[in-house]
Amino acid sequence: MKSELTVNGRKIELDVEPRMSLLDALRDELGLVGTHAGCEHGVCGACTVIADGEAVRACLILAVQADGLDITTIEGLAPARGELSVLQDSFCETHALQCGYCTSGFLLAATVLLRRTENPSRAEIERAISGNLCRCTGYTQIIEAIELAAERLGHRNTNEPEGAA
Amino acid sequence: MKPVPFSYSRPDTIEDACVLLAGDEDAVVLAGGQTLIPMLAMRLARPSQLVDIARISALTGINALDDGGLWIGAATRQVEIERSVEVLRCAPLLAKAMPWVGHAPTRARGTIGGSMANADPAAEIPLAALASGAVVEVKTGTGTMELTIEGYFLGPMVTAVPEAALVTGIRFQAPPPGRLGTAFHEVAARRGDFAFASAAARIVLDDNGHCIDLRLAIGGACDVPVLLSDVGAALIGQQLRRTDFDDAVGAAVAELDCIGDLHASADYRRRAASTLAKRALTEALNEALGAPT
Repeated sequence: MKSELTVNGRKIELDVEPRMSLLDALRDELGLVGTHAGCEHGVCGACTVIADGEAVRACLILAVQADGLDITTIEGLAPARGELSVLQDSFCETHALQCGYCTSGFLLAATVLLRRTENPSRAEIERAISGNLCRCTGYTQIIEAIELAAERLGHRNTNEPEGAA
Repeated sequence: MKPVPFSYSRPDTIEDACVLLAGDEDAVVLAGGQTLIPMLAMRLARPSQLVDIARISALTGINALDDGGLWIGAATRQVEIERSVEVLRCAPLLAKAMPWVGHAPTRARGTIGGSMANADPAAEIPLAALASGAVVEVKTGTGTMELTIEGYFLGPMVTAVPEAALVTGIRFQAPPPGRLGTAFHEVAARRGDFAFASAAARIVLDDNGHCIDLRLAIGGACDVPVLLSDVGAALIGQQLRRTDFDDAVGAAVAELDCIGDLHASADYRRRAASTLAKRALTEALNEALGAPT
């Protein structure tokens, strides 16, 4: 079954079984394996991507349901090849990852928060990442990373292009 | 963790969706998919066909009604409801429940109709609907039905919606005129998890502080969300400013047939329900007392 979607700015036409999740389509059909398969039933948040501006779980959307959606994955987050987004940089600096398996999900969820909320409170950050599980960090450094990114983005006197948060 | 094979259709109209559902007894409605897709992944659901109703335009929207009520289309995403000024104004109890529904990524996809049709005993939207006295609008192959919320929940994830019918909208009726206060509280292991117990309260006072309407509902603790109508019966007509909620709530909660499992015992759920109910009533009362007359 056909499904036409935009992934990281590129128009893609998929031809997949109706039962294939967006997660499997991204990974197996498009080779975008930065979106991680964790629990595959909507508990862990490792597969979080951005769909039409909202953080969503790619394992809880069928590829055929994604017809017409505009998807951003971890591969589409950096402003250019070889660079990192401000948020990704902050994750590195505050040691907000250890094994890294959950990290792409956290980055996408936090990117949506930072686009929608200029100066998020700690409580707002905790709410935004409450659907993402990390078994390494204890979350403290992840929250610090998002706070650091929010501060840096706030201090920048430029209009951030879409996707570069 | 891969579903069984099924076919997929995405009808444009309510009528087409009803025809598809009527023509295949193993067809299942797909709205936001935030409960159905995990059930497919675990193969707890094995449908022959998914009928995706999410893009039927007649099923989406949040419309303020002339009588002060609010109509919300079944396929309206939870995130739209969470951010809606109309919901805050016309259905404030629902607005207070929304941040408790799952997590932001599930609210971005999940729908109000899906939550009502699924009727998880711990779900927040059904509880807010019960405490608000909402009406569930349903389309069957032959006509339309309006289901009152008091008889809607028949068992865990079992509702009065007939086979092959489609929930089309939820109507939140305006509360009786007066000073309105609402509150929603729940306790779960982690934010966004299924509630061990939850309480939704709505109080309307007249100008003298007498209670003219009181609805208190408990979720998560029993097989279905429960309206504690005895509490309303005991307190309506009273000067609530001086009322202690302990007796009325204690008596009503003692009657509940609470469920216990690995995560929380029946006793714990009963105690939590009682505490949350009193907290919600107190908060709703304070809000009503502070509301303009």
